[in-house]
Amino acid sequence: MNRSGAVRRRFLTEDGHFAQPLARRPDDPMTISAIAFYIFAFAAVGAGLMVIASRNPVHSVLFLISSFISVAGLFVLMGAEYLAMLLVVVYVGAVAVLFLFVVMMLDVDFVEMKQGFLQYLPIGGAIAALVVIELILVVSVWVFPSESEIARAHPSPTAAETVSNPVGPNNAEALGLILYTDYVHYFQIAGMVLLIAMIGAIVLTFRSRQGVKTQDPMEQVARKPSEAVETVDIQSGQGLS
Amino acid sequence: MAEIGLGHYLAVAAILFAIGMAGIFVNRKNVIVILMSIELMLLSVNINLVAFAQFLGDLTGQVFAFMVLTVAAAEAAVGLAILVAYFRKRGDIAVEDANLMKN
Repeated sequence: MNRSGAVRRRFLTEDGHFAQPLARRPDDPMTISAIAFYIFAFAAVGAGLMVIASRNPVHSVLFLISSFISVAGLFVLMGAEYLAMLLVVVYVGAVAVLFLFVVMMLDVDFVEMKQGFLQYLPIGGAIAALVVIELILVVSVWVFPSESEIARAHPSPTAAETVSNPVGPNNAEALGLILYTDYVHYFQIAGMVLLIAMIGAIVLTFRSRQGVKTQDPMEQVARKPSEAVETVDIQSGQGLS
Repeated sequence: MAEIGLGHYLAVAAILFAIGMAGIFVNRKNVIVILMSIELMLLSVNINLVAFAQFLGDLTGQVFAFMVLTVAAAEAAVGLAILVAYFRKRGDIAVEDANLMKN
């Protein structure tokens, strides 16, 4: 029944040990991945700040895109390559462009909308600081699992392990192995959500304009010869009136 | 310092979540930026899910991040569609006098 057990076993060697120990050396100085982490993290946070602070919403959307790309880099660092690519394709390719489209389509005075920014900055900043402090307090008491505990139940190979152990499934393959088996109902519900969102968006934005010459296929198909053709008896030399 | 662990990723996610939250407060008039702030908050939730999935060694978190991504995309599409319909009706998108449903 539990198919993910079979999936997990594929990452283990015959004697039940994990194929490759986690490629982390604690006594290492500043590694490349740590440098990359700090670059992506500061880029994501800085772009996030500019999303809410910039005066022009078009700039906000562009900063949102750069924030998404930075977070995709963080996902790659964590070994979630498939989700990183999904983030780039879905968010940067679709959602952010949708935002850009709406921002440019709506003819709104955005400078006027920026009023009240400084007025609400103290309370907004205070609540944000409160949330950060709360979350850090929560995280600081978290008991992190030891390296061996992680290695014992580690179905997702990191990038280094994928390179060193190319026979194991990569991230996308491992995700597919459980997404289409254990989580197939979630997958189908996700498709349903997208279908309903699509229908909803079309229904909300559709408008039939009067006085525009367009084809009406229903009317064309429903035409009968009796309605379409009219025989007129015309006397010679008179013409149609 | 050099060792990047779960806590580092959770801290980035917490800061991004707080930025999204502050964005809702400071941009009270601009619905588009409020929607972008919500996207930022959902993104930080995704960072949390992927970080836990990786460091606790369970791929289920990535499946959940996938679901959050789906719902966020659907939410953005429907939210912007409502915004466009509202703009056609009213001619502006000021949120404080959004009381069409009142009567």
